[in-house]
Amino acid sequence: MVDPLTPVLTKRWTEPRSWTIETYERTGGYTALPKALKAHPDQLIQQCKDSGLRGRGGAGFPTGMKWGFIPQGDGKPHYLVINADEGEPGTCKDIPTMMADPHSLIEGVIITSYAIRANFAAIYVRGEVLHCIRRLNAAVREAYAKGYLGKDILGSGFDLDVVVHAGAGAYICGEETALLDSLEGRRGQPRLKPPFPATSGLYASPTVVNNVETIASVPFIVNGGADWFRAMGRDRSPGPKIYSLSGHVTSPGQYEAPMGTTLRQLLDMAGGMKDGIPLKFWTPGGSSTPLFTAEHLDVPLDFEGAAEAGSMLGTTAIQIFNETVSVPWAVMKWTEFYKHESCGKCTPCREGTYWLVQILQRMVAGNGTASDIDTLLDVCDNILGRSFCALGDGAVSPITSGIKYFKDEFLALCHENSSKIGASTVLAGANA
Amino acid sequence: MTQAPENTVFDQAAVDRAQAIIARYPQARSALLPMLHLVQSVEGYVSQDGIRFCAGQLDLSEAEVSAVATFYTMYKRRPCGEHLVSVCTNTLCAALGGDEIYSTLKSHLGVGHEETAGEPGTPGSITLEHAECLAACDLGPVLQVNYEFYDNQTPEKALGLVQALQAGEKPDPTRGAPLTDFKQAELQLAGFFEGRDADLDGPSAAPESLRGAKIAQERGWDAPAMPDNAEFPALPEKK
Amino acid sequence: MTIAPDKPNATELVVPEGHVKLVIDGVEVVAPKGELLIRTAERLGTVIPRFCDHPLLEPAGACRQCLVEVEMGGRPMPKPQASCTMTVADGMVVKTQLTSPVADKAQQGVMELLLINHPLDCPVCDKGGECPLQNQAIAHGRSDSRFHERKRTFPKPINISTQVLLDRERCVLCQRCTRFSAQIAGDPFIELLERGALQQIGTAPEKPFQSYFSGNTIQICPVGALTSAAYRFRARPFDLVSTPSVCEHCSSGCAERTDWRRGKVQRKLAGDDPQVNEEWICDKGRFAFRYATTADRIKRPLVRDRETGELRESSWTEALQVAAAGLTAAREANGVGVLTGGRLTVEDAYAYSKFARIALHTNDIDFRARPHSAEELEFLSGTTVFTNPDNGVTFGGIESAPAALLVAFEPEEEAPIVFLRLRKAARKGTKVFHLGQFTTPAVEKTLGTLLACVPGAEANAINALPDHAADVVELLSKPGAVILVGERAAVVPGTFTAVARLAERTGARVAWIPRRAGERGALAVGATPNLLPGGRHVANAAARLEVERTWGVEEGSLPATPGRDTTGILEAAASGELSGLVVGGVDPFDLPDPALAEKALAGAGFIVSLELRPSAVTAHADVVLPIAPAVEKAGSYLNWEGRRREFGTTLEGTGSLPDCRVLDTLAVEMDADLFTQTPAASAADLARLGEGAVTGSSLNVAAPLVSPAGPGKAVLATWHRLIGNGSLQVDEPHLAGTARPVVAKVAKTTAAQFGLETGGHVTVSTERGAITLPVETDDLPEGVIWLPTNSGDVTVRATLGAGHGSIVSVSGGSSLGVKS
Repeated sequence: MVDPLTPVLTKRWTEPRSWTIETYERTGGYTALPKALKAHPDQLIQQCKDSGLRGRGGAGFPTGMKWGFIPQGDGKPHYLVINADEGEPGTCKDIPTMMADPHSLIEGVIITSYAIRANFAAIYVRGEVLHCIRRLNAAVREAYAKGYLGKDILGSGFDLDVVVHAGAGAYICGEETALLDSLEGRRGQPRLKPPFPATSGLYASPTVVNNVETIASVPFIVNGGADWFRAMGRDRSPGPKIYSLSGHVTSPGQYEAPMGTTLRQLLDMAGGMKDGIPLKFWTPGGSSTPLFTAEHLDVPLDFEGAAEAGSMLGTTAIQIFNETVSVPWAVMKWTEFYKHESCGKCTPCREGTYWLVQILQRMVAGNGTASDIDTLLDVCDNILGRSFCALGDGAVSPITSGIKYFKDEFLALCHENSSKIGASTVLAGANA
Repeated sequence: MTQAPENTVFDQAAVDRAQAIIARYPQARSALLPMLHLVQSVEGYVSQDGIRFCAGQLDLSEAEVSAVATFYTMYKRRPCGEHLVSVCTNTLCAALGGDEIYSTLKSHLGVGHEETAGEPGTPGSITLEHAECLAACDLGPVLQVNYEFYDNQTPEKALGLVQALQAGEKPDPTRGAPLTDFKQAELQLAGFFEGRDADLDGPSAAPESLRGAKIAQERGWDAPAMPDNAEFPALPEKK
Repeated sequence: MTIAPDKPNATELVVPEGHVKLVIDGVEVVAPKGELLIRTAERLGTVIPRFCDHPLLEPAGACRQCLVEVEMGGRPMPKPQASCTMTVADGMVVKTQLTSPVADKAQQGVMELLLINHPLDCPVCDKGGECPLQNQAIAHGRSDSRFHERKRTFPKPINISTQVLLDRERCVLCQRCTRFSAQIAGDPFIELLERGALQQIGTAPEKPFQSYFSGNTIQICPVGALTSAAYRFRARPFDLVSTPSVCEHCSSGCAERTDWRRGKVQRKLAGDDPQVNEEWICDKGRFAFRYATTADRIKRPLVRDRETGELRESSWTEALQVAAAGLTAAREANGVGVLTGGRLTVEDAYAYSKFARIALHTNDIDFRARPHSAEELEFLSGTTVFTNPDNGVTFGGIESAPAALLVAFEPEEEAPIVFLRLRKAARKGTKVFHLGQFTTPAVEKTLGTLLACVPGAEANAINALPDHAADVVELLSKPGAVILVGERAAVVPGTFTAVARLAERTGARVAWIPRRAGERGALAVGATPNLLPGGRHVANAAARLEVERTWGVEEGSLPATPGRDTTGILEAAASGELSGLVVGGVDPFDLPDPALAEKALAGAGFIVSLELRPSAVTAHADVVLPIAPAVEKAGSYLNWEGRRREFGTTLEGTGSLPDCRVLDTLAVEMDADLFTQTPAASAADLARLGEGAVTGSSLNVAAPLVSPAGPGKAVLATWHRLIGNGSLQVDEPHLAGTARPVVAKVAKTTAAQFGLETGGHVTVSTERGAITLPVETDDLPEGVIWLPTNSGDVTVRATLGAGHGSIVSVSGGSSLGVKS
């Protein structure tokens, strides 16, 4: 039986000066790399496939399969790009990982680059986390100085350069093709797929884009093996996972537990709801994953469990809200976020979020009508699955799930409004 | 263009740095985002002059550079203060008090979003903004000064912090480096850290970040032990 | 019991190689692999609404208007798909808005979202009546609005150039304009700015949308966001009559559509001709048409009054009689020369050619109203005149060429649509080499390589290619490689010889691409001193006989020796060796030596000028006969490919007469019958002649040795810009505002040598005069200075009497201007 918490990625964080290469090496760091460099790259890809590791950035795509898509012997340069543009509301796992233990990511980057035959890797970090960028840069310098990066790494003949690239404030750059455009010095707007990054990514060359937590797991898989990794979590969603608890909980923070852990278990460890005020709603994996309520406390939080319960695992960014928080207000705030971060490329997301925000603001201000709820849902229906990328889909999640579970609260706002202005009066501008 | 253009504040040092950024990448245009950070480290915002500088360094049209500069939130259109104060007002931080913190600072400074109290660039001048999620939700509500984190804020703490900044003090961030100023932060975002090795210090992680790991330590929980010698799978056969 | 016949279902679709079979709205259809669903559906007659999609732009999938339902391998895809980005696949089942409620709702939803922020200003919008958004809103949109919130507003239109206005409220952000500018034109001067709901099209401050192709963005804008300063508020589309036309400006021969109302042209649009201009035209072709309606247009014949010495209006009868009498007398004296200019239609040029031979009994006729040479004529009359789209270089041939060498040819300035095709080719892998003087924007935008040489050393440079650039020769030796030669080649002796030798060595095909629309046609009909129509040499008795018989003139009556070329005609007129001139639309300042032209005009005893507007010829003309501009007549141009570009009359009944008609009547007065009363008659008469036997050129002009310019001197490089002082660009201030800045260019070392400062001025002079203008440094060879030939105050031929390859004096200039 596996323990309720399984610190793998987070274990080293408790060390003093954990970010230094001395600490990293002292605690078993850079032991996977020499092993990996002695293996055939295809063995590493196979091992990753065998481990069942799935992308930790939200979509859960099998990592080994992604590596395997890179055409080999194609004569083109290959690239590894780390998506460290952590910005999904509620998500706060990659930044502490890179701040406290940047070398685990860098070792993972070297091994992954070797596996996919890339000689250049970029770590695209959102710009607003300067201290994290600073430590990553220092770690890269340390790795070069120790011969873990650069030419002929550890005498293997393998060369790799790594650059830490600071973003500049755009949530959309977490979308992998937008990230690639941004890394190429362009507006971070998503690209048409196909072609997929595996064949035409950075500089139109084969590229793997992986999340920080995903790649930081790689050295552990190399050292522990696929079976060790699979000993944690569930069959189709194996391994440990960093669950980020935030909001109205007694002890918010990072809890690394086997995949499939429930919120009830996590809340137990985190001391329960703050001040004992009952749970009202929560996001399983960031604001783009449909809301859950207290009835979902026992949903196993892995890719399958969250999906079967009508949401998504996302980034396991568990934002917990108690009964003091208005759902329409929270939904409005999130919608304002999506409107601000919509890249503008496609009509449904650009115009839809512009419209939804105004309806929600009007409702929250007490000037809504019941038919506004129908309009909200219909506009959401016209965005969901119609927009260019998943940002539009994410934008409607809080609204549709909020109305699904808390329609009465939206209606109550409208009732207040209609009683305020008299039942027979039609509000100016509303439903005219 | 490896020589400094004439009639601009972008001197030979700026050109050398721009060229150093370009040298980091397989293709020059990738240098544009860091180069715009570099521009902000010189001028405290992205000026037209700065756009022209980048266009010249990268052989792009000014429209192409403008297209990029106006896309990203961190590139500022007007000169910023000595410090940039960013308050997270995304849903979770807002629910925990972020909105209140922002309105407190707004009324204290007498400015709105992306506006500056004091003469931009002068000591104690502060540009205020409300920010989207800053990826520190377990530490909310958070704010940042020059992109350094100040965790677990309250309106009172935030007000005290801003007053200290206005008085020329530089209170330490909760995690990380001694506070500098906006331009210095932008220089580091452009990838230049010379002479600032001590900036790396600070705690390994916030107490919140360590909670799971600490509980596991206390309770003797751990991941399953790794085998002594994990084998790689056999080399898959070529298809 | 009946037995089913044992044969395949007769309606079974055959799927050819490289094709797939799919079902759209229940109908089986075969489509080529790689075709986009939106096009396949269109071929079936199902128009899926769209905004960002454009067949000549890379797919964007941005507007999401064209969503359809798709099923692959029996499994429906979970989301509706953009039919403008998805390609056909075997076994695919597609349901458009016609059969899928999901697709229909998705489309209606997107339409509603596009409209929430769209202003309700259709009644004052130029696009109203031809607006895809308006049309599709009516066809697919809701009848009411659920949007009760605040619309996004912007200040109303802003000028993004003097020619193009942008109304951001109307914009649906389809990005056709920015994609056109970046992909097709290579001018990324308009871009998406800002983000999300604030996203907008725009330019960098103080950097207007200065592209020679900017007008195309107006045409492909699916809403009224981009409008033209020249056309704005001038007409409603439904009040306009649209007539297909052909551009009269350059030798590309673009298909156009001329929209007019009440006898006045309101605008020109690009026509769709995949073989020639695809769907694009340049801004000159689009916006320069008001030359035909200037206040000073000559509408009545003018005759010089014997008493006053002034021109006065006269009747056609009188004018033609005076002209006929004067020309007859001049013919009988020392003879008459004919200068036709380069802008005539085939039909009009033919009339001049025939008029010269049978009314004036001369071969002294030349269409080349620009620097020219005997070597050029030899090349044109032996080689170029026989090329056509079946045997020569074409636009399509450029697109598929492995390599293209451009010799003394500035494609963007001289034949912009050739430039677009070169850029398209280059983006697909064609290697483009420019033999020129500096890295022009066209070199960059064709991803090209500059082979730089001193003006005058072009021939030497070509001859040296095998030794110094073996890779270029190797590429040109690949099948399909092309060499494109421009009009400037005529001023560098040996260039055509060198080109011919290179072509022989490599097998590359050669095309001559003149600047003007009428040059290839004039060559074909024998408006040259050495050719009769169809490439027949005047010195060839059999060829003459053929023509004499077809024309029904006395055998042996056609002059048998080659005549004088343009310069020869001018020299003869100046010295009295010729007694008269017939001048059709020639600007003397375009001629290699305007001073000689002036002398010739003054010296010629009798001058008949066929003109649209007063020119320097008018002052000397004895009779001025008004002729019709292109828009008021029918005819055809032969474009540089040798492709006939026929057009009908756009504005009927204006009473103006084409040159061929005027000459026909004039000939009658001189007892000769041209049978060119109408363009159709002229064309029919020409057709009876057919083509002569293919000859060939014997070129053997040595490349000159280029010696250093000497102290204080530099070698002049010069060519015309697309937008400049051309006589067909008058009265177009909006267009003129998009001209490139008028500057001189020198190498940095040359600037230092002459003490020129960056941002300062330079004075370029000859013994004739001096020009002072701002100077910039660029990658020219040392000791070379470049000037635009005819832009703004810089009129190289008129002021300096110089041309490409001339030696000029250079000094630091203090004040702007022209001194002569």
